[in-house]
Amino acid sequence: MSTIELDPGRRSGFRTIRSPYYAFRLNVRVIALSMVALGALALLAIWAISLGSYQMDYLDVLRAIAGRGSEDQLFVVRTIRLPRTICAVMIGAALAMSGAIFQGLVRNPLVSPDIIGINSGASLVAVVWIIYGLNGNLLPVAAFIGAIVTATIIYLLAWKQGIAPGRLILVGIGVGAAVSAATQFVTIRFPVEIVRPATVWIMGSVYATSWNDVIVITLSLTGLSIAAVVLARSLRVLQLGDDLGRGLGLSLERTRLSLIVVGCGLSAVAVAIAGPIGFVALMIPHMARILAGPVSGTGILFTGILGGCFLLGADVIANHFLPVTLPVGVVTAAVGAPYFLFLLYRSRLGVS
Amino acid sequence: MFDREASVRQMATRATVPPTAPPRAGFVARRTRFAVKSVGLVLGLAGVVVIALLSLRIGSLDLTTETAWNAIVNFDPNSYEQTVVRSLRLPRTIVALAIGGALAVAGATMQAVTRNPLADPFILGVSSGASFAIVTVVYYAGLSSPHQYIWFAFAGALGASALVFAVGAAGSGGPTPIKLALAGVVISAALGAWTSALLLLDDETLDTVRFWLAGSVVNRDMATFWFVSPFLVGGSLLCLLLGHQLNVLNLGEDTAKALGMRTEPVRIVSSVIVVLITGAAVAVAGPIGFVGLAVPHMMRAVVGVDYRWLLPYSLVYGAIFLTAADIVGRVVTRPAELQAGIVTAFVGVPFLVYLARRRGLAE
Repeated sequence: MSTIELDPGRRSGFRTIRSPYYAFRLNVRVIALSMVALGALALLAIWAISLGSYQMDYLDVLRAIAGRGSEDQLFVVRTIRLPRTICAVMIGAALAMSGAIFQGLVRNPLVSPDIIGINSGASLVAVVWIIYGLNGNLLPVAAFIGAIVTATIIYLLAWKQGIAPGRLILVGIGVGAAVSAATQFVTIRFPVEIVRPATVWIMGSVYATSWNDVIVITLSLTGLSIAAVVLARSLRVLQLGDDLGRGLGLSLERTRLSLIVVGCGLSAVAVAIAGPIGFVALMIPHMARILAGPVSGTGILFTGILGGCFLLGADVIANHFLPVTLPVGVVTAAVGAPYFLFLLYRSRLGVS
Repeated sequence: MFDREASVRQMATRATVPPTAPPRAGFVARRTRFAVKSVGLVLGLAGVVVIALLSLRIGSLDLTTETAWNAIVNFDPNSYEQTVVRSLRLPRTIVALAIGGALAVAGATMQAVTRNPLADPFILGVSSGASFAIVTVVYYAGLSSPHQYIWFAFAGALGASALVFAVGAAGSGGPTPIKLALAGVVISAALGAWTSALLLLDDETLDTVRFWLAGSVVNRDMATFWFVSPFLVGGSLLCLLLGHQLNVLNLGEDTAKALGMRTEPVRIVSSVIVVLITGAAVAVAGPIGFVGLAVPHMMRAVVGVDYRWLLPYSLVYGAIFLTAADIVGRVVTRPAELQAGIVTAFVGVPFLVYLARRRGLAE
């Protein structure tokens, strides 16, 4: 056997890394793409920080990040703009990876946590949390519980000897509508002064994010993205179909469950901090697949980096390049809706 | 292509060949069915009267049936309770009856025209087109009179529905129910994002509009209502006349053509009516969803798929449905109120889930 080259990866730009216990392939092209995207992200971030009513050039920005510069510069960069930028990047990454997981699970590019109502579930709990003024540090946990419960309801209602993407989407739309109605009910019951923060939050924005938010999202995103990368392998096996997956020794339901938990976690942490920003989870995984091919661990990381770039860019546009400052969710919707309609135009969904 | 034509021919034959029962028995059975269905319709009309009286009677202010009755037939302007009935409960009852009936008819018509069981002005984004247009012109052009912004509501409803159908019908496979629903949801989401962004810029607008955006029949401006009522009532009645045409259209484009119907005029007329009804309903009560989905499906279970019956039934029972939803909203969270649009969403969503699980729609 040793004389025959059985590693198909060798041919198409993969490097295989073997150890006695574990072996995996690295897609060199995707890694290169990720590096390029990271570089672009860094440049974008510096540019984003330099923009605003307090003018700075790029060198000042770098110096202020490193802790040198005038007091004003330090304040503007380190207290206001840097946390917001980091949050935008992390939230974009979390949403995009969550979308990649759900789309991979259902094997349909039209499924994403915002379309099938999982974000609505997280935001219902979060709105209640905000309006009743409960402990803000636990908001991500509460949002996560909301997302998980909604996902479970949708999954159970859509289950009928398996999950068909079309049915899942329709059930998700329905459950999402009911949950949004409940959210609307909550926002209507209270006077406008109390409701206002919640309404701003529902639009999805990264206004006034603090270092506290940065810590929360960095910790959870690190944990969840490691889990996502590890699970990417099983996700790929799952995509071969249930029979083949079982034949390859995968515990199907446990894998699905852990993927759903990770996907909900990613979506919930983003929603808890920034509100239900739409269309990132829908559109970025699709773009990433075009560039980096089918699901893989490195591909999921690449999706995250791309999501970070996209949301940061959208936030820059929302904040600096429109006549009025808008929540970033409006910009992602303006870009994402046409993209989605284009996807829909190309899809063969519901064609029997 | 050959298979398709063959199946169409088969369907056309099936549609035109009369049932094989002996003529006399068939006639009797048909007459009995006609009688039963008429009774159901008359019962529905009685139900409208009952629900209207209940709507006058029930609310956060407790009063007797006699007071409610007197407020209508024998009004005493000095009585506080009678004034409440007359000036608050009567208008909302009228609005709920008219809009409920009109929206249910619009939903049934859309379902026939698109041959899509999920069609509903709310799900397919028509309502959000209208509300988007209204909020935009109110905000930017400062229009406050319904006489001005109603036209923009119609234009918004028309634009959104044209976009949804263009996207849903394009691409391979034509307008499948899921594609239409998804296109509707996404266009609603995008327009909704814009609508709320405008509202965020202005506290005062947010406070007045948030009730309207949830879909509510309370404290509606009656001048607006009377102004748009011709569209609601006239549109619904016109739809009732189209029952036979919708029956044929529901067999499918090819079959309808084979049976000698010119489908385009029917399609255009009924779509325009749906747009007018939806625009008018949104201008008065905001986007109230799921009436057009739930009511026709409930009625199908009762009277079957014949649109000549389904449309009047939807009209009558849609009026009952929305008024009942409004009453429920008044009762469950006393003394606060749940907006009618929120109640209909909770009642309507199970229908959507049921339809999604039904064989052949989403597989």
